[in-house]
Amino acid sequence: MTVKYIDAITDRYNQLGYDAYRWFHADSPPAFAAMKKPLKDAKLGMLGTSGAYAVGQIAYHYKDDTSIRAISKHTQDRDLRFAHITENYLPGGRSDPNCIFPLASLRQLESEGVVGELADEMLSCMGGVYSQRRVRDEMLPAVIEKFEAQKVDAVLFVPM
Amino acid sequence: MILGSALDIMQAARPPRITFLDYPLGHSSGRPGDKAEQLAVVRAALAGFDATRTEQVNSLPYRWSGNNDWRQQATDTSSGDQRQPRDETPRYQFEADRLQAEASQTA
Repeated sequence: MTVKYIDAITDRYNQLGYDAYRWFHADSPPAFAAMKKPLKDAKLGMLGTSGAYAVGQIAYHYKDDTSIRAISKHTQDRDLRFAHITENYLPGGRSDPNCIFPLASLRQLESEGVVGELADEMLSCMGGVYSQRRVRDEMLPAVIEKFEAQKVDAVLFVPM
Repeated sequence: MILGSALDIMQAARPPRITFLDYPLGHSSGRPGDKAEQLAVVRAALAGFDATRTEQVNSLPYRWSGNNDWRQQATDTSSGDQRQPRDETPRYQFEADRLQAEASQTA
């Protein structure tokens, strides 16, 4: 039985007397696109929502931070850090970044030829933004603009 | 392709391709310290790009532990609000990160 996070989090906030949590529910099927080329010939991007930043970058703040970070694909795990409003989910990633921001795994798969090439930079955001409007109007356009500039064929999206 | 551990939240958004790893949140791409498993998880997720039907869920076979304690903790509604305070101060993992970031901004 998988964990029912929507029910659990809704109940928790109800008990705390908070306003009802408004989850995003898509009301239409996704746009589905078959791959135009095999992954071994494709350029792959990544977006992680765990609040990853590289040493030298500004960390995320926790009040609906809609900014994104572009992290060089050559960044080593020892230079990855995390800032996310639910820090209680971060001990694993802070001890081993590859378990939530799998840049090292992707580099390995690129070197094996499973992926044609990785984009030069992986994208990161802090997923704890409580305004659907600000995600839609601020964060997503920045993410899409970056992916389009990278000319990626596919994206791995890794939420926390 | 979306690779994550909160299946109900992922499905609510109806993404075209889902790879589900049934682990506690914070480990979407594998168990800490287990490089072989981390690589296998991401390899399996990428294999899903070949999908030809939309909204398919590829459930990975890995199990976090032999018992369900972590599931009970995840659904414990009496644990209060575990989130950090919400303000606009950057929250560096280490103080040294803040110093280095500020030096980078002024360089």
